[in-house]
Amino acid sequence: MTLALSLNGLTSSEFWLGVGIEAAIYGILAVGVQLNVGTTGLLNFGQMGFAAFGAYTTGILVADHGWSLWVALPVAVGVGAASSVLVGLATVRLRADYFAITTIAVAEMVRLVATNADSLTHGTSGIYGFDLQWQDASATISSWLADAGWHADPQVPLLLVSWLVLAVLIVLFRWLTALPWGRVLRGIKEDEDAVRALGKNVFAYKLQSLALAGACAAIAGCLLAFSLTFVVPQEWVSIYTFFGYGIVILGGLGSYAAIAPAALIFMAVLEAPRFLSLPLDSDKIAALRFIVFGLLLMGIMMFRPQGLVGKREEMTLNR
Amino acid sequence: VTERTAPLEVELTTGRSSARRPARVRIRQIGGASLVLALLVIVVVAKGPHAVGQASVDGIVSGSYYALGAVGLTLIYGTLRLINFAHGDMLTFGAYIAYVFNVSLGLPIVVAFVGAVLATALLGLGFERIIWGPMRARRAGVLQLFLIGLGLAFVLRNALLFVFGSSARSLRVNVTNTVQVAGLRIADAQLAAVIVSAVILVAVGLALKATSLGRQIRALADNPSLAETTGIDSKRIITITWLLAGGLAGIAGVVLAESLGQMTPDLGFLILLSLFAAAVLGGIGSAYGALAGGVLLGLAQEWATMFVDSRWKLAVGFVVLILVLLVRPTGVLGRAGRTS
Repeated sequence: MTLALSLNGLTSSEFWLGVGIEAAIYGILAVGVQLNVGTTGLLNFGQMGFAAFGAYTTGILVADHGWSLWVALPVAVGVGAASSVLVGLATVRLRADYFAITTIAVAEMVRLVATNADSLTHGTSGIYGFDLQWQDASATISSWLADAGWHADPQVPLLLVSWLVLAVLIVLFRWLTALPWGRVLRGIKEDEDAVRALGKNVFAYKLQSLALAGACAAIAGCLLAFSLTFVVPQEWVSIYTFFGYGIVILGGLGSYAAIAPAALIFMAVLEAPRFLSLPLDSDKIAALRFIVFGLLLMGIMMFRPQGLVGKREEMTLNR
Repeated sequence: VTERTAPLEVELTTGRSSARRPARVRIRQIGGASLVLALLVIVVVAKGPHAVGQASVDGIVSGSYYALGAVGLTLIYGTLRLINFAHGDMLTFGAYIAYVFNVSLGLPIVVAFVGAVLATALLGLGFERIIWGPMRARRAGVLQLFLIGLGLAFVLRNALLFVFGSSARSLRVNVTNTVQVAGLRIADAQLAAVIVSAVILVAVGLALKATSLGRQIRALADNPSLAETTGIDSKRIITITWLLAGGLAGIAGVVLAESLGQMTPDLGFLILLSLFAAAVLGGIGSAYGALAGGVLLGLAQEWATMFVDSRWKLAVGFVVLILVLLVRPTGVLGRAGRTS
């Protein structure tokens, strides 16, 4: 009876709305992870740092410098890509494990700067009021929906926009990786030296892969900022990078289409403890959420490393 | 046994004895030492000897837990080529086990310390038996091992959070009493922590250098297949290495909690990247390097706080990590080719 009652939380629209928005945002982050790890074989662990670049660029330009949001957003995506390239320029020649650790360190460094460089980032008090134009747009979408007879929750426009962006990115990246360009990236993952022997500039291709992943991260960062309505440093911890990894490996390395269902499943499992109305205080429920996440990550990697629909061969990174 | 290990000893002594060490390595070590000295002179001139002395004392305190943690991290990397992302949380585990013995059960700190070390050593071995050993047998790739380690780290940290909650806990040690020598202050608990760390690190260093077991561990770290052909029982050595690394993590955790005066479930995770930095600084895979790297990093962080706000202390570790990986991935004290 208690169980039947508590399961009600999982069928509520509030639960699925939250899960839906998070799934799309981390799905967008995961598209970048997929391009780096699944396609190019680059263990980029710094995605959340580049997402922070995107969110802070938007926040600072709009709230502190009075830019229009619609100008700031593309700039933020550009900054995300550029910061990723900049980090890549220095680190991409490192061995896979060193590259991974360096990118984590960079992401943590970004967070440290965001926390402590008060004059630029407003530190832990955060940035507010950058999303007024988004809220106007959101209200417009809501009124269209109302005209069509759907009186939706105010969060629904964000849900729709995020999923639209994710869908566009998935189609775009599927197309890109099917081009000769994508074949070179896959070649780099399989055998870097062979690709180099064919006369391809491996370094440049890796940077391009990082740039696009950085752009994805920045988009995800901006949408995350919209959903939170503020930008604070503690939202950019590296753990969330691994939400992207969790989604990618759940769907399978190399498969872009699988990101969408994987993101939904992943976020539903992760958010379930919060909505089960367990007889625990919020601290313990938050802990439980990450225990579930850790076990999920370990379980997939130990027992089904190819993911739900992936191919086993995709797991072997060269090096 | 003697018959089997004899050729190995010959090889190790010819390869490692300081008399025949390649001149370049010596030059580099002298170069590294003089760099540190030059840095020291600069800060002394800039800030005066007393401030530098106090910062150095604080640096040695943090250097001691960095060194303890980094030696374990690097031993595991050396023998198994595994970057153990759960290492920081093993430190936390040790600290909380000490808390359970010391505060919940009311036992003396010494008993709690021993209990924590044993428990963390067994935890390390347990992970090896349940996770890492089977994964090696299945020839898991880098990405697989990384994500398993990260998952394990999340599980361990949040299990501690689940059980103990997020509020800070303290061991039953006196943190207010201080010793004062020549105007330099150090808390009793910190002094004890530094002495214990120093004794243990020297003992581990000597054991690695002079005992047959230590040579076998280093041989396996140097070249696993060659070590096996000389008759080293790699399975046994791996078991011992995990016990050692886990035990050192437990010690580091207690030392860390004692030095800071309190613990939270993200105690060890927060210094994980600093541990990587210390290990990489000393040339990852080299136990002596990690020891020196840990102390050096502790000093660098505290010296840095004389010039910048202490909020940026962690950044020193990140900057060191990034710079060393970019400029000299073999480590400042490491040998060329060790990491390739």
